Amino acid sequence: MAQPQDLLYSKEHEWVKLDGDVATVGITDYAQDSLGDIVYVELPKVGAAIRQFGTIGVVESVKAVSDLFTPISGSVIEINAGLEADPALVNREPFAGGWLFKVKASDTSETAKLLNADAYAELTAG
Amino acid sequence: MSPLASDSGVALIFDEGQEGRANRYVDAGASLDAFLPKALLRDDLPLPDNSELDVVRHFTRLSQRTFGIDLGFYPLGSCTMKYNPRINDAMANLPGFRDLHPYAPDELSQGALQVMYELERSLASLFGMAAFSLNPSAGAHAELAALLIAKKYFKDRGETHRDKVIVPDTAHGTNPASAAMCGFKVISIPSDARGRVSVDEIKKVLGPDTAVCMMTNPNTLGLFEDHVHEITAAVHAAGGLMYYDGANANALMGNARPGDMGFDLMHLNTHKTFTIPHGGGGAGHGPVGVAAHLIDYLPTPVVVAKQRSNGDASTAPSDRLTFTLDFDRPKSIGPMRSFWSNFAHAVRALAYIYANGAEGLKKVSALAVLNANYIRVNVRDVLTTPYDEICRHEFVASAQELKKETGVRALDIAKALLDRGFMAPTMYFPLIVPECLMIEPTETESKETLDVFIAALREIVATAKTDPQSILDAPKNTVVGRVDETRAARHPDLRWHPGKP
Repeated sequence: MAQPQDLLYSKEHEWVKLDGDVATVGITDYAQDSLGDIVYVELPKVGAAIRQFGTIGVVESVKAVSDLFTPISGSVIEINAGLEADPALVNREPFAGGWLFKVKASDTSETAKLLNADAYAELTAG
Repeated sequence: MSPLASDSGVALIFDEGQEGRANRYVDAGASLDAFLPKALLRDDLPLPDNSELDVVRHFTRLSQRTFGIDLGFYPLGSCTMKYNPRINDAMANLPGFRDLHPYAPDELSQGALQVMYELERSLASLFGMAAFSLNPSAGAHAELAALLIAKKYFKDRGETHRDKVIVPDTAHGTNPASAAMCGFKVISIPSDARGRVSVDEIKKVLGPDTAVCMMTNPNTLGLFEDHVHEITAAVHAAGGLMYYDGANANALMGNARPGDMGFDLMHLNTHKTFTIPHGGGGAGHGPVGVAAHLIDYLPTPVVVAKQRSNGDASTAPSDRLTFTLDFDRPKSIGPMRSFWSNFAHAVRALAYIYANGAEGLKKVSALAVLNANYIRVNVRDVLTTPYDEICRHEFVASAQELKKETGVRALDIAKALLDRGFMAPTMYFPLIVPECLMIEPTETESKETLDVFIAALREIVATAKTDPQSILDAPKNTVVGRVDETRAARHPDLRWHPGKP
């Protein structure tokens, strides 16, 4: 399964891409494949303060409703407005157009608690 | 015509009517005027205009195109879709029960009250609880009742700081939902490698804030929680209460009792365990049971029996006891619903208990367990059975390996089973098993039926390896083919709108 090398991953199957102190967050290809067709994504509000590994939203698929966690702390600065009309973007392009939200990270050193692509691949190999 | 009509040949009743077609057997206009103020009468409701024959044909056609336990095998895990003996319906239809008004005074309702009393006593004895209330309408409703009881109990003891409810990750989704609805915070506990609730994980989260630990036994993997005594002891030592989710009670009737395992609260789904028709979601019946220290908190009313002055212990209960509905219970959480709940279900459940007797119910559970294990050992070489040991009344299989190999998922196997004349098993639950199929055959199926089902499951897996597309395209033999579940979830179209196609 596709695992971009330049991203960091959480055990809860989110990915994060850091650009300065702005982090873009999404769910992994493994996560979207396990969930099946996604029908609704509930995201935090812009301006919300979120804490690393806290529950910040919900992903609903035809199979189940699952909690969404944030891999990094900070303040939400943008959400992917395209998901409202087309939540299937998360299935089609989990690492690109299906990103979920952007955070102004409060402490970029938190990334030390995340996994690199190889470690995440190992986690989901079973 | 609606889209449904073109897909399936089933028109909506609104689309079948023609203005002015309805047979006017009753002149409703004049009689309604006499009963209702003019301001309450409406003529803007777009009611369908159908002849009696249209209506009869419409609903007869629908009844022929549905699927239920009366038509075929229905292995829907944790739902206990067993045959509903017709004698139960005959009893519920006795005029003395059927035509009884809910406001009839106790002295004119003795037979009905006796039914409720004897069902309550039977359930208490079968499951080892001090008392039951028949008031809640279904399982989740009874869970809520039980948690309200726990909340009131802790309040009376001055322990309002107990606000945590412990729920295993194999639990039915209603457990955390009921706890949250009751204002508790939910702590989810991971299962161990054997698919059991981990005693160590529970001990880690126990403390002065523990209110209730909710358990299903056997759990939703179909496995008996063999450390249950250790868990109930630990929770009690921390001052918490143990709750037994009775969804899987069909596995242990007469063989093991939640009361003996140390549970303080429990519910039953009599519509599952005691054979009441419940396809399509209702109506249910969810007695809630308690240990002695919680009796005062049960929902009202409770049926109580008083010895008659001329009573003699050698005569039948109806000859020596007088039954009354007791509403005067100051500590009660109050009624969970109006009147006597779904009373006809109490009649059905009691009829089932009396038809089987204590030994018969024990055999029911033994056969339910035997049937589940028979299917399990006959499919485990074609599907993964992640917890491969003797199960109780149900077991889980995983299509994860098949999906990797062929692209055929649990969902597709389920659709292919519909094509072969079976209801699909429960899918994608419990959540800890990927591509999960949860199969519960119940005791009412013959070996021949189980053999045909096993052969179908094996054939579907074999076909998935040679011609996966044919499984991905299933079902083809059903009235409605593969439905677009994603579109249904994203753009639900739930009701008819006048003038809209």
